[in-house]
Amino acid sequence: MIVIDNVSKAYKAGIPALNGISLHINTGEFVFIVGDSGSGKSTLIKLLLKELEPTEGDIIINGRSLNGIRHKQIPRFRRNIGVVFQDFRLLKDRNVYENIAFAQRVIATPSKKIKRRVPMMLSMVGLAAKYKSYPKQLSGGEQQRVAIARALVNEPKILLADEPTGNLDAHNAWDIMKLLDEINQKGTTVLVVTHNLEIVKAMKKRVITMRKGVIVSDERMGGSNEI
Amino acid sequence: MNGWVEAMRFSTFFYTFKQGVKNIWRNKVFSLASIATMSACIFLFGLFYAIVVNFQTIVREVESGVAVTVFFEDGTSKEAMEQIGAQIDKRTEVSRKVFVSAEEAWEEFGKVYFSGAENMMEGFEEDNPLAESAHYEIYMNDVASQSTLVTYLQSLEGVREVRSSDIAANTLTDFNRLIGYVSAGIILILLCVAVFLISNTVTTGITVRREEIAIMKLIGATDYFVRSPFIVEGILIGLIGSAIPLVLLYFMYRRLIVYVGDRFIWLSNMLRFLPVNQVFSTLVPVALLLGVGIGFLGSRLTIRKHLKV
Ligand SMILES: Nc1ncnc2c1ncn2[C@@H]1O[C@H](COP(=O)(O)OP(=O)(O)O)[C@@H](O)[C@H]1O
Ligand SMILES: [Mg+2]
Repeated sequence: MIVIDNVSKAYKAGIPALNGISLHINTGEFVFIVGDSGSGKSTLIKLLLKELEPTEGDIIINGRSLNGIRHKQIPRFRRNIGVVFQDFRLLKDRNVYENIAFAQRVIATPSKKIKRRVPMMLSMVGLAAKYKSYPKQLSGGEQQRVAIARALVNEPKILLADEPTGNLDAHNAWDIMKLLDEINQKGTTVLVVTHNLEIVKAMKKRVITMRKGVIVSDERMGGSNEI
Repeated sequence: MNGWVEAMRFSTFFYTFKQGVKNIWRNKVFSLASIATMSACIFLFGLFYAIVVNFQTIVREVESGVAVTVFFEDGTSKEAMEQIGAQIDKRTEVSRKVFVSAEEAWEEFGKVYFSGAENMMEGFEEDNPLAESAHYEIYMNDVASQSTLVTYLQSLEGVREVRSSDIAANTLTDFNRLIGYVSAGIILILLCVAVFLISNTVTTGITVRREEIAIMKLIGATDYFVRSPFIVEGILIGLIGSAIPLVLLYFMYRRLIVYVGDRFIWLSNMLRFLPVNQVFSTLVPVALLLGVGIGFLGSRLTIRKHLKV
């Protein structure tokens, strides 16, 4: 469970990027976060990853206060969270297999387990045949699949996606969103920041709307209102 | 399992090592410059070391011929002389002492001044003109401590006079020191240059890998894991940069011994080179350690500055 408790974040003195946000996300939920550019969505993601510290308030993930996590404990904390970005952030000098294995090597996974997990992830995202390809030989949609496989290879409980379909055409965007939905069906809590309102409307999930650093609505599409 | 233990897992260590090698490879120009400077550095270090140890051996040989002579007051008994001898033996700077009795002194004197006319010395046995010339000849471990020893000896009861050759002792010591200081100075400057270049190489590596490092951190890599490829890079540069000049020096030194032995036989009395193995049994571990140490230091300092994890 993710609890965001009255969190504010100001980069510099002046208008805060986030202004007193409070939010509950239950384990196993699928949540969209929408809002204009500059409304603070990415800032929120960074706070959840403890890339940034809140100016005020606290975030509690699975019972653990992020303010109480010391620098040395951050790596271990992050291993519970997978992330994907709009720009994929793959390593250009390594092939698909190595890009996924990388996430395991980084946390000192035994080679045996790597050899077992990477092919599993590859077939889950439908790229088993392309494991030898380099990122530049793949379409945007395929690259994002690799990024998703990398984010999930260590079996995190939470997946954060910051505009994962921002660089994709409509068809590929749909495929990626469906994949994220499948991942959520298997039990992972999924948080997706997006501009793609068409997909948001069609998928009928919980939608949180932000504007200028505050939450202006939180509703379950096709269901009852939460607030 | 903490970060360090994690980093020491075999597969992780191997991966880290591979990344370190990759860093060097990707960054060929800088790496080569670092290795070249490092090599020059260690080469000079080895050269100075070879000169200094050889010179020190010569100095030590000369030193062992420099003696302090202690004469006794009139009428000092044999027992008193032996007591003084015992006190001399207690001094750590003394390597050995030789007692020369009045009779021996007279005989020695005779050999020098009455050679070929030994009969002229007859009749003096009972009335030795050098009756008061019994003395100790003291040989020292280190000429540098001669003045301390002399002061001590002069303070002893029953000692009339202490003779020493200050000039020989001081000149040798000063020259030895000068060589030491000059070589230490040059090596220090070169080491700074080497650290600087390695630091630049690692900085470039960090810049090239900035994106990868950011991803690693998001995935949950420990500080150790992020840093260690750069440490490996520095250590490898240091290792290669010290191995090359060592091999070079080894063959050069061997050639030099043979060459001087062949062409300058007349020099071989004065210039006796230490055997190759004796010089290199110390030089190899010291130079390798120095190389690895500098490589480690260079990358460690850079990481601290440019890789805030
Ligand atoms: N590193 C930063 N330094 C200063 N201001 C920033 C930084 N990152 C974001 N901001 C500001 O914070 C606000 C929210 O940004 P962001 O969270 O990226 O919005 P979104 O992802 O919704 O487009 C914006 O006004 C943006 O200019
Ligand atoms: Mg954003």
